[in-house]
Amino acid sequence: MAVEMRLPAVHKHISLATSQSNRDDKHLVVPGDVITSDTGFMRGHGTYMDEDRLTASVAGEVERVNKLICVRPLKTRYNGEVGDVVVGRITEVQQKRWKVETNSRLDSVLLLSSVNLPGGELRRRSTQDELAMRDYLQEGDLINAEVQSIFSDGALSLHTRSLKYGKLGQGVLVLVSPSLVKRQKTHFHNLPCGASIILGNNGYVWLYPTPGHQDEEAGGYYTSMEPVSLSDREVISRLRNCLLALSAHKVLLYDTSVLYCYEASLPHQIKDILKPEIMEEIILETRTRLVEHEG
Amino acid sequence: MAAVQVSEAEKVYIMHGVRDDLRLDGRGCEDYRHMEIETDVVSNTDGSAKISLGHTDVLVGIKAEIGKPKPMVPDEGYLEFFVDCSANATPEFEGRGGEELGMGLSNTLYKVFNNRHSVDLRSLCICPGESCWVLYVDVLLLQCDGNLFDAISIAIKAALFNTRIPKVHISEDEEGVKEIVLSDDPYDCMRLNVENVPCIVSLCKIGHRHVVDATLQEKACSVASLLISVTHKGMVTCVRKMGGGSLDPESIFEMTEAGKRVGKALHAPLMELLQKEESLGKKRQKVGFLG
Repeated sequence: MAVEMRLPAVHKHISLATSQSNRDDKHLVVPGDVITSDTGFMRGHGTYMDEDRLTASVAGEVERVNKLICVRPLKTRYNGEVGDVVVGRITEVQQKRWKVETNSRLDSVLLLSSVNLPGGELRRRSTQDELAMRDYLQEGDLINAEVQSIFSDGALSLHTRSLKYGKLGQGVLVLVSPSLVKRQKTHFHNLPCGASIILGNNGYVWLYPTPGHQDEEAGGYYTSMEPVSLSDREVISRLRNCLLALSAHKVLLYDTSVLYCYEASLPHQIKDILKPEIMEEIILETRTRLVEHEG
Repeated sequence: MAAVQVSEAEKVYIMHGVRDDLRLDGRGCEDYRHMEIETDVVSNTDGSAKISLGHTDVLVGIKAEIGKPKPMVPDEGYLEFFVDCSANATPEFEGRGGEELGMGLSNTLYKVFNNRHSVDLRSLCICPGESCWVLYVDVLLLQCDGNLFDAISIAIKAALFNTRIPKVHISEDEEGVKEIVLSDDPYDCMRLNVENVPCIVSLCKIGHRHVVDATLQEKACSVASLLISVTHKGMVTCVRKMGGGSLDPESIFEMTEAGKRVGKALHAPLMELLQKEESLGKKRQKVGFLG
């Protein structure tokens, strides 16, 4: 039984001695900062014109593409793009569609015609399918899906028409900011430490035990309720704490950074990873390794 | 309580984990999350404390005012509790949404402190039958991530330790009219003895085992929980069952024993930390809300 109490300490900013150039190139702004007084630029997202001066309306980094200036915020709701992999939670079951919560401004929509029917059949959805919707996906269920299109009001339309998408089984969900998830070719990784991870573009990261060699039912319809082994559990808990540590220190999340953080955390106990000083130590080591890896 | 939705598969995962004594963040069933406590954060109160237990943030402010003692106990002061669930914690608390939870929390606090031993109420008496100190304990919930009762009780204990009540004496003039005179020195204060102030331990029943310091996800998997307030000697002042599920007598006994053990062990580190903070005196770097 462990109880640990301490006095609060001011949050220190860890900076690597080597990466000075990285920081100087970034133009960071807060709402109200004037970006430029030059009127020749077009204003993009995150900016507004304040008496002939281009001013930022969100806190983030300024991006300039030729004549277009926009500000990419650090903490924001998820803005979906077609082709993104997202992890979401069903909030409502409506007629012929499900409403999915994906950390965006509006709930996303999963149409009945966009899911794989059990057995993999391809046919028109009948009224019986409509009535049986709740048997497939209920309120509270987690799914992983891909963004098919965006409605005019900004809501995303998802689909799970592939064997790798569908209802998620046992595992742990970690919530991070969407801007910390790096855009990569694939978001599904089987980490060598013994667990698998799905880095949803919307900031929802799903950790689950690597499925053994069993034949998958169509579209992930069947979820196993067998107890997960203790060793797998420890790996998943450690990864969860590592993800929280990485997101607290605003490190970009992708398979390499998660893996390096995991390896750096091995000497410590799982529950100690979230202690501030141990978190700093692990993040410093992870950052150093990442800089070496890129350099 | 602000609730999160969990899927059936996640619930199964959490329950099996608790059975194997390995929770989602690697803690054991009786481990607390990382706690940070600071006192004297609000300058215009007589005593204040802020605690962050994981992502649960609670701020307690205590103000001492002079009032009339209760008719049944003319030689004692009393405490008044008020819990405010701020809309900062979760959008559900906006407007009057947090009122029900706040009322539930205040009522439990009244029950916990409703005994002669927790706080020495006689020391709060100024003039028997006429005036006494009333301590208004205001609790503000800033962030909600499970385990509100434990955090609130520890914060109240820290705030009571930090409370400085000005010393007063009664002066009578020729006509026999009593007047309460405050001493001239602003630092001339009376401190409360918080040794016997209890700490609340909430135990949630998940599957066949119980966990201490449950997060919101773990709370969603449990159907019943037991609240026990324990003093540093192991004396239980209040037991309350929350939740819609049922608990059989053996589990209640087991949970009470575990609660007593865990609760007893909370007091020593807390008092040590509070003494340490006080001994730092002016050198202490105040972190407050912008740390």
